[in-house]
Amino acid sequence: MTDSADIQLPEDKPLEIAGRVYQSRLLVGTGKYRDLAETGHAIEASGAEIVTVAVRRTNIGQNPDEPNLLDVVSPDSYTILPNTAGCYTAKDAVRTCKLARELLDGHDLVKLEVLGEHKTLYPNMPETLIAAEELIRDGFKVMVYCSDDPLLAMRLEEMGCVAIMPLGAPIGSGLGIQNRYNMRLIIENAQVPVLVDAGVGTASDATIAMELGCDGVLMNTAIAQARDPIRMANAMRLAIESGRESYLAGRMPKKLYASASSPIDGTFF
Amino acid sequence: MQIQLNGETIELPAGSTVAVLIEKLALAGKRLAVEVNEDIVPRSQHPEFILDDGDRVEVVHAIGGG
Repeated sequence: MTDSADIQLPEDKPLEIAGRVYQSRLLVGTGKYRDLAETGHAIEASGAEIVTVAVRRTNIGQNPDEPNLLDVVSPDSYTILPNTAGCYTAKDAVRTCKLARELLDGHDLVKLEVLGEHKTLYPNMPETLIAAEELIRDGFKVMVYCSDDPLLAMRLEEMGCVAIMPLGAPIGSGLGIQNRYNMRLIIENAQVPVLVDAGVGTASDATIAMELGCDGVLMNTAIAQARDPIRMANAMRLAIESGRESYLAGRMPKKLYASASSPIDGTFF
Repeated sequence: MQIQLNGETIELPAGSTVAVLIEKLALAGKRLAVEVNEDIVPRSQHPEFILDDGDRVEVVHAIGGG
């Protein structure tokens, strides 16, 4: 047997977002975990280097010594990606990003998400476009959660968004990638990274995203709400790596009929 | 004077600065951001920024989210 350590595969080009290079193509959220310890362990197991956080009111009057998320997920070790989750208007999203930039000492990479309505949390694209324009003008580097519309994705890139992040399925639904063809069209057109944001339910969904040619996947619930989040974080790390390798390797063509793997020549019966 | 802090009305001595408010909340040195009437007050300005009666103040921090 060949020792697999002897096989040298050509190296992949790492993920680059807004001029910064990342070894991991898995981006993770920090919501819905049991506690901060679990959050920290799961993120470590995921191997993610970019971690999303939300910006919310500080609880006045609560124990001020309560551990803080950024103590567990330190900005010194991770690229913190503040989101605008919960915003339904461009105005609220812009306000949230400005607060996040102040909170993170001028760090200007943000995940813009402007939601349309509560039931589907589907992106409100008209408001997203307004917010993206204002944020880019103000110097923010915008990674944008968007619908899987190839034309809107191109529009967002032309505006100057640093990453296009179409939903695979509604946030927290775990339904997997619903429109692989749109995802492929978006990837084909894009010069900036395309990441599936939302909809991944299990490791195979993440692999499919990567096999389609996505540059990365952002997920939260699929890890946080697994029976064993830390193990699932590890599964997702492997799934992303597998999917990427598979994409680079190039899959065999699909055929309707069988094609024998063993030769017919040399049969003795 | 009264201000709106994170949506709640609180009493504060007239002339209080943002830094005084943060101290009073036992949040000094914590990683947070402050907005007064929807404008950011940068950390460097907390000691001199004087709050006015009726100001709407938001104090925010990072929490888990996706």
